[in-house]
Amino acid sequence: MSEILDDIIARYREKDGNVIFLLQETQEALGYIPEEAVGYFSKKLEIPSSRFFGVVTFYSQFHLKPRGKNIISVCCGTACHVKGGSKIADRVLRDLALSAEGETTEDGKFTFEIVRCVGACSIAPVVLVNNRAYAEMSADGTSKILREIKKKESDESK
Amino acid sequence: MVKVTIDGKTATVPEGITVLDAAKRLHITIPTLCHHPKLSPFGGCRLCLVEIKGVPRPVTSCTTPVADGMEATTTSPNLENLRRTVLELVLSDHPNDCMVCERAGDCTLQELAYSYGIRENRFEGERRTYAKRDGNPFIERDMEKCIMCGRCVKVCEEVEGVGAIDFAYRGFKSKICPPFERDLDCEFCGQCVAVCPTGALTGKLWKQKGRQKDVREVETTCGYCGCGCNLTLHVKGNEVTRVDSKAETLNEGWLCVKGRFGYSFIGSTERLTTPLIRREGKLEPASWDEALDYVAGRLKGIKEEHGSDALAGLSSARCTNEENYLFQKLIRAAIGTNNVDHCARY
Amino acid sequence: MNQSEENKKKVIVRVCIGTGGLAAGGKEVIEAFKKAIADFCVDIDLDFTCHYQKVGCRGFCARDVLVDVVDGDTSVTYQGIKPDIAKRIVEEHLIKGEPVKEWLIDDSYHAFHAKQLKILLKDCGTIDPEDIHAYVKVGGYDAIKKILSSMIPEDVIAEIKASGIRGRGGAGFPTGVKWEACRKAPGDVKYIVCNADEGDPGAFMDRSIIEGNPHSVIEGMMIAAYAVGSNLGYVYIRAEYPAAVDRLKLAMAQAHEMGYLGNNLFGSGFSFDLRIKLGAGAFVCGEETALIASIEGERGMPRAKPPFPVQKGLWGKPTVINNVETLSNIPYIIRNGAAWYSSIGTEKSKGTKVFALTGKVKNTGLIEVPMGIRLGEIIYDIGGGIIGDKKFKAVQTGGPSGGCIPAELLDTPVDYESLGRVGSIIGSGGMVVLDETNCMVNIAKFFLEFTQAESCGKCVPCRIGTKRLLEILDRITKGLGREGDIELLEGLCAGVKSASLCGLGQTAPNPILSTLKYFRSEYETHIREKKCPAKVCKDLLTYSIIDAACTGCGACKRACPAGAISGEKKKPHRIDPEMCIKCGACFDTCKFASVDRE
Repeated sequence: MSEILDDIIARYREKDGNVIFLLQETQEALGYIPEEAVGYFSKKLEIPSSRFFGVVTFYSQFHLKPRGKNIISVCCGTACHVKGGSKIADRVLRDLALSAEGETTEDGKFTFEIVRCVGACSIAPVVLVNNRAYAEMSADGTSKILREIKKKESDESK
Repeated sequence: MVKVTIDGKTATVPEGITVLDAAKRLHITIPTLCHHPKLSPFGGCRLCLVEIKGVPRPVTSCTTPVADGMEATTTSPNLENLRRTVLELVLSDHPNDCMVCERAGDCTLQELAYSYGIRENRFEGERRTYAKRDGNPFIERDMEKCIMCGRCVKVCEEVEGVGAIDFAYRGFKSKICPPFERDLDCEFCGQCVAVCPTGALTGKLWKQKGRQKDVREVETTCGYCGCGCNLTLHVKGNEVTRVDSKAETLNEGWLCVKGRFGYSFIGSTERLTTPLIRREGKLEPASWDEALDYVAGRLKGIKEEHGSDALAGLSSARCTNEENYLFQKLIRAAIGTNNVDHCARY
Repeated sequence: MNQSEENKKKVIVRVCIGTGGLAAGGKEVIEAFKKAIADFCVDIDLDFTCHYQKVGCRGFCARDVLVDVVDGDTSVTYQGIKPDIAKRIVEEHLIKGEPVKEWLIDDSYHAFHAKQLKILLKDCGTIDPEDIHAYVKVGGYDAIKKILSSMIPEDVIAEIKASGIRGRGGAGFPTGVKWEACRKAPGDVKYIVCNADEGDPGAFMDRSIIEGNPHSVIEGMMIAAYAVGSNLGYVYIRAEYPAAVDRLKLAMAQAHEMGYLGNNLFGSGFSFDLRIKLGAGAFVCGEETALIASIEGERGMPRAKPPFPVQKGLWGKPTVINNVETLSNIPYIIRNGAAWYSSIGTEKSKGTKVFALTGKVKNTGLIEVPMGIRLGEIIYDIGGGIIGDKKFKAVQTGGPSGGCIPAELLDTPVDYESLGRVGSIIGSGGMVVLDETNCMVNIAKFFLEFTQAESCGKCVPCRIGTKRLLEILDRITKGLGREGDIELLEGLCAGVKSASLCGLGQTAPNPILSTLKYFRSEYETHIREKKCPAKVCKDLLTYSIIDAACTGCGACKRACPAGAISGEKKKPHRIDPEMCIKCGACFDTCKFASVDRE
């Protein structure tokens, strides 16, 4: 991991970066922000760890735990809300047997998130599956997509 | 210099100071919670809101610089209403346990609630609750009492240059904590405790040791190093229960871990009360005359037998400058060697 | 003999690849066209060559994927195109010359456009956003060349002031005045920041402009930089907009290559460069001072004003922060003149405004209209009215900082002052239409959930005040509202509005205040009768089966996730109210309208 982090530090120095830059690059490379990475940056760059933690927990983009292989994001922006986005969110929770938004299934296959407006309001309600937008979704349609991914996952593991 | 009028009183004040400071010069008190005169302005508690002629909405006096001809009002039904609302909101997310709080009687929030007569709260609702206690040895962090004024964060960053804590999360969930919410691991200077306006940060050493009203304050000088910081000992009966320092002192009220927390030796039963002389491998109590005679005799003997340079003197940072001066004088003039040093000479 | 490729006529297939277009399969449609052409090439010698043009959002996302087929002077637009239709278009239209009628745009497409006035969006849907030459061809970068060769900064500022354009990000501050203040602020180093942190749920014009016409934003920033005396600009853009970020990066690279960004531009001695900073997901960073903190790598907590960013902004230097739509307007104003621009709109609100028309209207999408158009015209003429011909209830404008405007005020002209007078704002331009099945208390609660979650936590009124507002709304929607709650809401709203530090808190109560103003009785019904008139608030509903209508098909029983429905086949079923979780699955499933919701 230290090689990856050193590389990020090199780019940070070259690009006149900041804490957010370091964290964005780390998440890009590792998928989340491990505590060790913060400790490493803090030591090398003499920036208190507390600042990293403050920034990580402020911005919803950052994650302190690894996320699932498939990210299911249900948009609950205004347009999606008035067209029933929360019903889809409820369904995803049920289908994945999760209790709250932001959780990852035990097998690490799915993470469910609620996002607030992805700027695709005219095709609301929108569901993002691994960053691909699905337009005018319904709870049933989302269930179908989840079933397909689950099937693909189990086929792969066979 | 600029001319400002606050609550009808006019004064000429230096450019660049805030409305809050200008009001202070005019002996007008504006309530505050997050403001601290030695830390950068924050503007988070919103209690110091004032109305300024020509400005459509109230502004925080702690962040707004004065301008020539400015007319400010620090109290009005609207402002008092806003302050009341803000206080009620703060109290709605604060444990109502003043009876057992370490800071009762010495708490800015309690004082404000008292002066605004807030008994009923219109805005009761969910409170932040934290199960975990901080396991560090010195500082009790009861974050349910934290009002997020940020003074501790600032003193740690701006005065100490440490940055052990920072704001984390956001909105109602935001809290001030060490990285990854681990136990506090810092220099433990306790400056954060000193600036906290509520019972969120207190010293573990003075827990349940006495209320402020029962305490006698004794001014003294810290003996730990040559800095000579002014200390205020809080004494109850004959016991030092807490150490503090006042803002108007040379050290501006700032202390280090030793000065603030290293006072348990004062009342220790293990303290020496008389000189001891080791005779046949055993330390035995002796009088001062006996002890000094013994030391003087040995120094003389060594000097006569091996010369002055066989001796050396090493003094302590815990002595005052005057004492250290006398000590080196003794070594140089009376013993006759320049072999003299000091533990803080780095 | 084969005709040489050059002599063949050129057919252009233009496909929308905005976020809407992509979601509807824009890329797949292009691939399908290519494959169809290739397949036909095997058998017949085509008398044309087909060129593909990717274009940004043209607004009518509800009809995506939109495809133009341009054959010489004639251009035909198809709507709702899926990959499998591409083959038919190639065969029937391109080869045989017969447009495929059933997929052609219909009357609603024309109605959607009739009352619009497209300045920004005109180029957005017609030029290839990934090709700088496409922008140059339509007059792009002429404005910056013009000012560098013939105008001093003060003239530029005077021109922008004369145009009357006001900030499109929400507050509507006159752009020229902002530039002038920054120009006059002492200091050698100044910055231009483009605020592309479009966080308002329900607004997506900034994303579409960057995706569809990124160079107009770059050129706008160059002009602003020249006017205030800056050599470096930042674009602060949401990381949630990956396509827009890529387009912008590509546009910047092309501008560099052409010498449109960098040192000594067009030999004028003026230098300007751009950097991108990615936002990390915090709505409050749309606020100027929080945005500055975020660019500096800090938590996006707003700072007290004054000092204003034009005096002390990014790294303490004078900084102009303009939103995407504002900056994108600038080149058009310089090219066509302030007089032209100020001839559009109303006395105090000039030019056009882009709105994201969404919610319960038939024609959802991005629209550009002259300021002063009436709300009703937008909803009924452009939007085509309410879906399913339900009753219009309100239009929410301005997102979480705005308000809901009821039917009786549909005559209100859309401009900064008029919307302000009715308790809402233009804001960044979200326009969400609500019908009779939307509960206004629920809508207010939705926005408070949003602002509460996005509050930075710095100041008390916003951190705790929005939480308490939400709690009160929550109990009202759960049937636990008390007498006096409405007054309590009003009192707290007033406090949060005037005591909060930044715009987020200061405007967070607006959705409550405006719904209380126009839909107070709906609140009262929730509190006193414990009923939700729009039948939205779950806890206030009871589901039962109308025996006379129930056929006993068992569909509801299968749909019920709680196992609360019992009954024999072909006999009326029953819902156990104790077990019912009020999810509404039975209501949605029943084909015979035999589930009653009260």
